Amino acid sequence: MIKTYDELLREARASVSEVSAAEAAALAVQGARVVDVRESPEWEEGHLPGALHISKSYLEQRIEAAVPDRDAPVVLYCAGGIRSLFAAQTLSEMGYTDVVSMIGGFQAWKSEGRPWRTPVVLSQQQKQRYSRHLLIPEVGIEGQARLLDSKVLLIGAGGLGSPAMLYLAAAGVGTLGIVDFDTVDLSNLQRQIVHTTERVGRRKTESAAETIRALNPDVTVVPHEEMLTDENVERLIAGYDVILDGTDTFETRYTLNDAAVRAGIPVVHASVFRFEGQLSVFRPFDGPCYRCLYPTPPPPELAPGCSVAGVLGVVPGVMGMLQATEAIKLLLGIGDSLAGRLLIYDALDGTFQEVQLRRDPDCPACGQAVLAARVSA
Amino acid sequence: MTAVRIPPVLRAQAGGAKALSASGGTVGEVLAAVVEQHPGLRDQIFTADGSLHRFVNVYLNGRDVRYEGELAAPVAEHDTVILLPAMAGGT
Repeated sequence: MIKTYDELLREARASVSEVSAAEAAALAVQGARVVDVRESPEWEEGHLPGALHISKSYLEQRIEAAVPDRDAPVVLYCAGGIRSLFAAQTLSEMGYTDVVSMIGGFQAWKSEGRPWRTPVVLSQQQKQRYSRHLLIPEVGIEGQARLLDSKVLLIGAGGLGSPAMLYLAAAGVGTLGIVDFDTVDLSNLQRQIVHTTERVGRRKTESAAETIRALNPDVTVVPHEEMLTDENVERLIAGYDVILDGTDTFETRYTLNDAAVRAGIPVVHASVFRFEGQLSVFRPFDGPCYRCLYPTPPPPELAPGCSVAGVLGVVPGVMGMLQATEAIKLLLGIGDSLAGRLLIYDALDGTFQEVQLRRDPDCPACGQAVLAARVSA
Repeated sequence: MTAVRIPPVLRAQAGGAKALSASGGTVGEVLAAVVEQHPGLRDQIFTADGSLHRFVNVYLNGRDVRYEGELAAPVAEHDTVILLPAMAGGT
């Protein structure tokens, strides 16, 4: 049977509940998912705070991922309240039980002086570069913008730092600080994949910056060509959101830990030995720190570095990429971080094991006494 | 018998073994049985007075024994013990 637009609209009005802007605002406060069904150019000119954008043309394809619970309350809006009516009908056909359409749409909302915001707009090039991120609901445009605005400091442009910085750069983390005082050696290239054969003898920070710039011009590299010490650590880590520990000595690891705890910056830690790797996240005062895990360093013969003991090149590769993954999760505030857990990777066995870590109440870096002094300061 | 995972850095002292089986009713007894089998491990795990070195972490079923009664932590038949020393390598 042929139906006119007027007939379709009448049917939609008869079957869909409509709410005013004020009622929609109240529903949003109560936890309803607010979905904007307009097209992208309209969304980019402004939208309701906290709204989710699924244009009407993608509604059927994307709503199940965005709102998995079919009994969850959903408020739909468009520009004037018509497209959202038809969209609500669609959701009803898909089994959503609590869907309403906002009368008058975004125009009514705005004209009543209600709050709205302009979304982050990525350039056309950025939309293409990060398109696979934009498709993931947990990242999306907002998450990508957050990554572009984030600062990660890598301690070491070596076995762990190389793969980590490549993926962080590819992911569009806007600022990457790199602390390394060394030059590229031929023996590094078996695993330190950010460097190249022709750059042997050049500064690692410079070599890494060159690779990153070639990979993603969105990223600003801040080279810190110095050794991390008690004297400069505070200055070096200031202003960063997350730190990746890819150093080779216990001294540096403890120096970094203590300063990061004081500054309240999370550290994604990894270490490697031959075929094995360890990984954890240290979130100051919110989980254990490196000193809680290892209160004292072992004697040198029990903990040789890679230059003495050797390492399968791909093992720091795996661990460095896991560090990058944890860093991105921290920056986006998604998932469960490895805080309070230590992951042990055994490449020969092909196994991952996990052990629980606890905050040491007597920890000299983050224990009860330090916390009490911090609170009273 | 309890399975005790030997970390790579200590395997030379354990005849190359990745894991050892040892019996005992507590973590202390299990580790004593381990160093009985491989005396070279004794100084790497225990201090001169017989307590655990602070740089070797011991996990019983994934939990740090420092918070489970240290060497007195009770061990059941099929529990697993992991020895985990700190590693420095990163570059």
